[in-house]
Amino acid sequence: MTLLEINDLHVNIGEKEILKGINLDVDAGEIHVLLGPNASGKTTLMMTLAGYPLYKITKGNIFFNGAKLNQMPIYERAKLGLSVAFQTPPEIRGVKLRDIIRLSAGVEPWNPFKEPNETFATPILSSIGLNPTIFRDRDVNVGFSGGEKKRSELAQVFAMKPKLMILDEPDSGVDVDSLKMIGNAVSKYAREKNCAVLVVTHYRHILPYIKPDVAHLLCGGTLIVSGDPYEIFSKIEEKGYCAYIDVCPPAIKALLEKGGG
Amino acid sequence: MRKIPEWRRKIIERAEKAKTQPAKIGPDIDLDDFKTEVPEQNSILTPTELPTEVKAEVNIVGIDPNEKLRSGTFFQYDHSVMLARVLKSFPGVEVMSTSEALERYGWLKDYWWAAVPVDQDKYTAIAELNQTHGYFIRTKPNTKLTLPVQACLFLGTQGVMQCPHNLIMAEENSELHIITGCTTHSAVKRALHVGISEFYVKEGATVTFTMIHGWAPNVDVRPRTGAIVEKNGTFINNYICFRPVKTIQMYPAAYCNGENARVRYHTLIYGLKDSIIDVGSKAVLNEKGARAEVTARAIGRDQSQIIARGYLVGAAAETKAHLDCRGLLLSSQARIHSIPELEAKVEGTDLSHEAAVGKIQEEQLNYLMTRGLTEEQATALIVRGFLDPEVPGLPDQLRMEVKRIVELTTEKAL
Repeated sequence: MTLLEINDLHVNIGEKEILKGINLDVDAGEIHVLLGPNASGKTTLMMTLAGYPLYKITKGNIFFNGAKLNQMPIYERAKLGLSVAFQTPPEIRGVKLRDIIRLSAGVEPWNPFKEPNETFATPILSSIGLNPTIFRDRDVNVGFSGGEKKRSELAQVFAMKPKLMILDEPDSGVDVDSLKMIGNAVSKYAREKNCAVLVVTHYRHILPYIKPDVAHLLCGGTLIVSGDPYEIFSKIEEKGYCAYIDVCPPAIKALLEKGGG
Repeated sequence: MRKIPEWRRKIIERAEKAKTQPAKIGPDIDLDDFKTEVPEQNSILTPTELPTEVKAEVNIVGIDPNEKLRSGTFFQYDHSVMLARVLKSFPGVEVMSTSEALERYGWLKDYWWAAVPVDQDKYTAIAELNQTHGYFIRTKPNTKLTLPVQACLFLGTQGVMQCPHNLIMAEENSELHIITGCTTHSAVKRALHVGISEFYVKEGATVTFTMIHGWAPNVDVRPRTGAIVEKNGTFINNYICFRPVKTIQMYPAAYCNGENARVRYHTLIYGLKDSIIDVGSKAVLNEKGARAEVTARAIGRDQSQIIARGYLVGAAAETKAHLDCRGLLLSSQARIHSIPELEAKVEGTDLSHEAAVGKIQEEQLNYLMTRGLTEEQATALIVRGFLDPEVPGLPDQLRMEVKRIVELTTEKAL
């Protein structure tokens, strides 16, 4: 069945239209890759799905698990099973990573009086390769390296037991070992829980781990191509995003010809 | 009437000269608005004998009537010391009224007003001229007190002016922990508390002092505090203010007068309703190797006005001090004014500060909401994290206790 259904979605930031009619269906358990040059609208699409109020839907609809998301607050979407791993999550001093992981799962923050040894976040942190004795008590994202942020985000996302994971560049700025770890963890979780994934990436290196079903190319606020991920990547790697210039709407075509590789 | 000794008479003369002198900062208070004559209270044998409503009030400011995890109790109701005792299993500690201590120990004259000038302002002056007890708590040399003494200064009568003068002494290589809770009877609408506290931390000794203020909306509070820390001594001062108050103005000063003396301030302020709260922390590094660390967290709600001050003075080489002050505004009518000051008098002193005041960032709220928290839950989590009560250097049991009290008071305030 269709888990996420996006129909003719138009989104503005302020007066400026960023998304110009997106159509996308994601079925339960499917793994989708989203590609696109910088400023093509990838982040806007993700933030709109998450429900950030800055991103205003001017036309079209988003349905998730049968519920209309358009006006739904962020936390209700999260409760429905839509979960986002951010590329650059904010630092929050004093808020412990273990407590965010617990709260993501609907579990109370750690209270050493009731629970002498923390037992909820600890195994999740271990499973994602973050040493629990260190990271349990760290303030969330404060002083985290790029790779640590990605892992911390995934730990939170997994704790939420989502139906759809939206992962914003989980592979950028991480080393080969981290990439393998992250890729395998995502793949394992998705297969075991039949969780759908929408992953934004610029690189093909993560593909062998997550084994995507389909890739979409976003350009100038519209999806211009959907198809086999490897084929699309090969074409882009060979000729740049200009490879798809023929399928672009005229306005975007002009833009690509001006700046594209 | 006992004859006033000569040394005390000189102090009283100095107080007389200062008794109309307003404080340098903070709203001025008309001392004539308050009464010094109030009914005496009977003494009790254990805190469990306190009236039920008093027990409930003091429990919120960290005073446990059952004395669980405490080594002793001092309880002063207005001007009456109802209880001053040390539990049997804690030898080497003394707890008594300072009036009694002055009679018992002639040498205390060298400490009376030695850390706070009696003629600083009209509040120090009135505290000398109208002194009503206060606590004397002392650990003898090498005594390591594992559990805190609890001390309560309670305002029980409408319109009262309470002027206790506390003396805290940790003799060489001893360790002393004190939890002081200050609060009011629910019947007290208007009152003034002028509390003098002088700390003497001797060579190699450690004093951990945790003061919890839970006053009422029309109470004025003017504590005056000074600490003298000798060689290798450590003074840790935790302060929590979590209820509405009319005005509080205080600026405790700690003097590192011995090599490697250390001072740590940790302040948590919740500004609620119309409270005017002007609280600072001052540390003076007078000898080499001295260190000071000051952290302050202020939360402004409702129409509260908070001034968070800090003053570090580097007066010797090889000294280091840092001040970290953060303010969080939870209301558009509240105001937080951070005033950090650094004064380096010699080369080789390393003084620094960081201060940040603002509202909760929307990005942080949105982020937590993507984890399933409502805006209210996300705000509460950020506020709790902001007030993170971790104070390094406390023994486990005491740290847990301070944390428990902070959690409890946070719940009351939020």
